[in-house]
Amino acid sequence: MKDIKIKVNDLSLYYGEKQALNEITMDIPANKVTALIGPSGCGKSTFLRCINRMNDLIPSVSITGKMLVEGVDIYDKNVDVVNIRKKIGMVFQKSNPFPKSIYENIAYGPRINGIKDKTQLDEIVETSLRKAAIWDELKDRLDDSALGLSGGQQQRLCIGRTLAVSPDIILMDEPASALDPISTSKIEELVHELKEQYTIIIVTHNMQQAARTSDYTAFFYMGNLIEMGKTNSIFTKPVQKQTEDYITGRFG
Amino acid sequence: MDKVLKNTGVHFFSSKKSASDIKGKIFVGVTQLAVILIIAILFIILGIIVYEGRAKFSWEFISSFPTNGMTEGGIFPALIGTFILVIVMSIAAVPFGTITALYLTEYASENSKFAAAVRFSVRTLAVVPSIIFGLFGLGFFIQFLGAGADTAFNGGQLRWGQPNILWASLTMSLLTLPVIIVSVEEALKTIPRELREASLALGATKWQTIKKVVLPGSVSGIMTGTILAVSRGAGEVAPILFTGAAYYLATLPGSLSDQFMNLGYHIYIMSTQSSDVEKTMPIQFATTLVLLILTLSLNIVAVIIRSRIRRKAK
Repeated sequence: MKDIKIKVNDLSLYYGEKQALNEITMDIPANKVTALIGPSGCGKSTFLRCINRMNDLIPSVSITGKMLVEGVDIYDKNVDVVNIRKKIGMVFQKSNPFPKSIYENIAYGPRINGIKDKTQLDEIVETSLRKAAIWDELKDRLDDSALGLSGGQQQRLCIGRTLAVSPDIILMDEPASALDPISTSKIEELVHELKEQYTIIIVTHNMQQAARTSDYTAFFYMGNLIEMGKTNSIFTKPVQKQTEDYITGRFG
Repeated sequence: MDKVLKNTGVHFFSSKKSASDIKGKIFVGVTQLAVILIIAILFIILGIIVYEGRAKFSWEFISSFPTNGMTEGGIFPALIGTFILVIVMSIAAVPFGTITALYLTEYASENSKFAAAVRFSVRTLAVVPSIIFGLFGLGFFIQFLGAGADTAFNGGQLRWGQPNILWASLTMSLLTLPVIIVSVEEALKTIPRELREASLALGATKWQTIKKVVLPGSVSGIMTGTILAVSRGAGEVAPILFTGAAYYLATLPGSLSDQFMNLGYHIYIMSTQSSDVEKTMPIQFATTLVLLILTLSLNIVAVIIRSRIRRKAK
């Protein structure tokens, strides 16, 4: 693995007394798509949310271990979590646009960062929507409410919204699971285009999707990282038996 | 098979009505009767008020001052006094109540003892009899704060240490605070967690999220709470009995240190202490009608807004 963007060392997560992640250690490569797969409840989404510290929002959660992004442990006391989230963006399973106009949704992030100049914001909105492959569809209705868009469009809008703050890393938590096949393939295409500029980590319960879109795959089971490697290898010659069982559909 | 069933006397479909069936029907009948009774009483009261008051109820009534020792004329100063009261009350109660609701919903942690104490206080405040607020207003606002201010800033001269519209409004705002807090809390809770998460995931601070996503979404809840508070404040009399309401003032209040007239108080005084209670009957009824229309329409507006909020939350 050449460039490593995120180094995870013995990361464990507890909901109160209950352990949900068990000493996860892995390296996540830069400018590649890494897929996290595993059966329901295996901890892949929980792990994903550790990367941008969204689990901080749950009061009973405690985390041990280190998560180094470009050498900096994001769980260090001195680190400002708000800055982390500007560098590590997240797209959620169910699209969650703000009840505002399409323009305002995209401009939300930049505005928070202090950008007020209209020309600048206009530019950012256009760039972000272009990158999310949805500019042509929406350019004539930027002032319409985002809630009027279809599910697939809303999700691409949310991706655009995340891109507008220029993150390095984009986390995607089953971004297409609520969408129809055509919207799903649009999102997958988008992921492929985006990886040149961004590091993408995507949780999916759809193994075919993982095989199609990712360069590396990590298999989680019951809070443990069982195996991680190049997607090709994982799916053709997995090392661990559990991995093989999952991939061949024996459980999950 | 048939023989067995016949012997035990079990029938597949019983044609007799069972006892619990009848009990059920009686229960429904009794509740229906109760509802009809309540609605009937309500309509009778409303009917009497409208009937007795319609003679005096006119534009002139609303816009002119009382004359001839309060036995003739209109209720204009009482109407204005009530308006000023609820406006000042809202200015005090709405921001305070909104901030409290924000704290309870957004900032307080699950096991915070302080938050539990706040919640308990709000609930208790909601059931305190309104006369107690009046006594508190007299003791704290007038005799302590007001008199203290006079000694400190006025050289002992009496200006703030007596009943006036400021103290009455503040007293009333304490009474209506729970209403506002509950309405705003309800509105805040309808904002889905996903929207807050979306904002935080973009690198917004908690306060930015509240300012840009949560508060704009709860404006209707704040409005509902305010309207309900205003409706309550317009009708309550006990809190202003000794904190600022006056029976008769020749002029409208010019500053916060003036006393004021008030619709509810007006009705109370006229029905118990006027020089000629019989003669002023129509005025009393008409004043009651005005007050009822005011509070009823405010409540209806609040209910409409609130049901829109609830529909949006589904």
